[in-house]
Amino acid sequence: MSSIEIRNLSKHFGELHAVDGVDLSIHDGEFLVLLGSSGSGKTTLLRMIAGLERPTAGEIYIGDERVDGDVPPRARGIAMVFQSYALYPHLTVFGNIAFPLEASRMPRAQIAEKVRWAAELFGITRYLDRYPRQLSGGERQRVALCRALVRDPKVFLLDEPLANLDAKLRNTARDDLKRFQRDIHTTTVYVTHDQVEAMGLGDRIVVMERGKIRQVGTPQDVYDDPVDTFVATFVGQPPMNLLDSGDPSLPARTLIGFRPEHFLPRQVFGADEDVRTFQFAVRRVEFLGSDRYVYGTVAAAGRDETIIAKLPGTIGLAIAEGASQPFAVPRRALRYFDAETGLRRAL
Amino acid sequence: MTQRPRLADRADLLGGMMLAPALVYVIVLVGGPFVVAIILSFSTATAGSLSFEWAGLRNYRAILADPIFLRALRNTVIVTVGSQLLVVALATAAAQVFRATFRGKPLARFVLLLPWAVPVSLAAIAWTWIFDSTFSVLNWTLKVAGLLHGWLYWLGDPALALSAIIIVQAWRIFPFATVIVLAGLSSIPSEILEAAIADGAGFWRRLFRIELPLLTPVLAVAILFGVVYTATDLGVVYILTGGGPANTTHVLPTLAFQRGVLGADLGQGAAIAVFLLPFLILVAIAMLRLARRTEIGGGGRDEPT
Repeated sequence: MSSIEIRNLSKHFGELHAVDGVDLSIHDGEFLVLLGSSGSGKTTLLRMIAGLERPTAGEIYIGDERVDGDVPPRARGIAMVFQSYALYPHLTVFGNIAFPLEASRMPRAQIAEKVRWAAELFGITRYLDRYPRQLSGGERQRVALCRALVRDPKVFLLDEPLANLDAKLRNTARDDLKRFQRDIHTTTVYVTHDQVEAMGLGDRIVVMERGKIRQVGTPQDVYDDPVDTFVATFVGQPPMNLLDSGDPSLPARTLIGFRPEHFLPRQVFGADEDVRTFQFAVRRVEFLGSDRYVYGTVAAAGRDETIIAKLPGTIGLAIAEGASQPFAVPRRALRYFDAETGLRRAL
Repeated sequence: MTQRPRLADRADLLGGMMLAPALVYVIVLVGGPFVVAIILSFSTATAGSLSFEWAGLRNYRAILADPIFLRALRNTVIVTVGSQLLVVALATAAAQVFRATFRGKPLARFVLLLPWAVPVSLAAIAWTWIFDSTFSVLNWTLKVAGLLHGWLYWLGDPALALSAIIIVQAWRIFPFATVIVLAGLSSIPSEILEAAIADGAGFWRRLFRIELPLLTPVLAVAILFGVVYTATDLGVVYILTGGGPANTTHVLPTLAFQRGVLGADLGQGAAIAVFLLPFLILVAIAMLRLARRTEIGGGGRDEPT
């Protein structure tokens, strides 16, 4: 177990600044998620921690040891799981799990014992003699995790390990992964572009964009208090609504932001509640079972801004398409951003 | 308006037409002589007359009782196996070098491919000079480097002459094998090699436990080509040693040429020439099976789950 300390880390590929001056402290035993779209630098950052990529500048410490530069992956005490799982196709499941132990020159008898123990933990004991091609996606994923865990790494690095699973399997795999990380309590860095995964797994989330960190915080922090419009719209599905209110009581060029689930018909709120009301021109209603998404426009600063409202199934009110009706947001749920810089404005 | 189907639309005709030149070539220049050689090997035909009589297995019995033939057979096996071992080692090493990016790589790649592009006869003549008993460049180099005391008569000593032949055959085949291995290396997903690095495997462990096993199908094909090229090659041995000294370095093709063409005994020459055929076929089948088996075993691609 180890903490990770990253200081002013950069990786440039020619003109492209894949990672650009990142500072980050990862606590001992923490489950940290790097969240970003493709090209945000999250995978490059992970690969630099692993030692697969050499930083252009900056420092990386695992525990108390500085590892950027020439410390090879095997001396860093890391284990990595790849998106494709990268199982060795010519080795059996046993051979795959034993490989890192053999590389560390563990005696044979001990290897067999350790592999069985780890296979037991992941419920893959009966596949030990099979080849990766004979396994399903979910089974391969567990073998990959098992191979990473078997030599007790100080740090667990996971690169989109659930992305290749079908949606149904992904939920259980996510639960397994989280449970398992709580048990072994190993510092884990997890890369994903899926914000549901990030919210569900992370003790803290790091939102990255174009090589820079936009925000670090607990899932709740990042969701409730985004530092800028990028985080506000990147995290959350559907994204946070943003509109230029043209409200004279606010400073000029201020965007109002609110989550779709806070934007509800006015009559849902009590008459004395502190809400802000908008006239909502409903265009279309989407029934999704547990929720209804209502698409429409709000006239703001002389323009019609597209807004999405998310009504929980518990609100049974009829919403007519093509009609206009008052919707409201509680004032405590409103967030304000600078329209120029996108940064949060405290009001 | 319907258009009349043009020739380009007639897959049946077009296919046949495109195959025809290759088929004619193979039938007339490879298949024909091949059948004739097999027939001749069971006959008493000579180059001096048109008489033709069946000899049954007499030619085969004669060569199997002939120590020069047995020596040539042994030499063929030694040269083929020896040069292919060398080729695998050299090609694997060269592929590792060419995988890296370095300055002057295009030039290096060009130089690498030269041996393959040079005609065998020209190359063999150059090598006779390198191995020359008086002017040997190789000996001179070894001497200057302080590795050699005395003098080596490369082509005059049977064991050294065989080594020389092995070296030249390996030199001739390895560029091609390197290209095949490079292609094989690039077909290994980079994540698998990175997983091995992250799993703590050093260079040698990655090479022997991951890369070479995954390269088996590709290596099998490269070796198969190499075996066929080497076991059937006439030029290198013919020019380097001519089978000498004292018939100790003959391989089957040179002996077949000497007996059948120079010695005019077409029947025996043909028997020597086709002697290896069944073995080469077995080698080919074994290699192709190895390539297929490991390919299936090594798939590991995502199937629908």
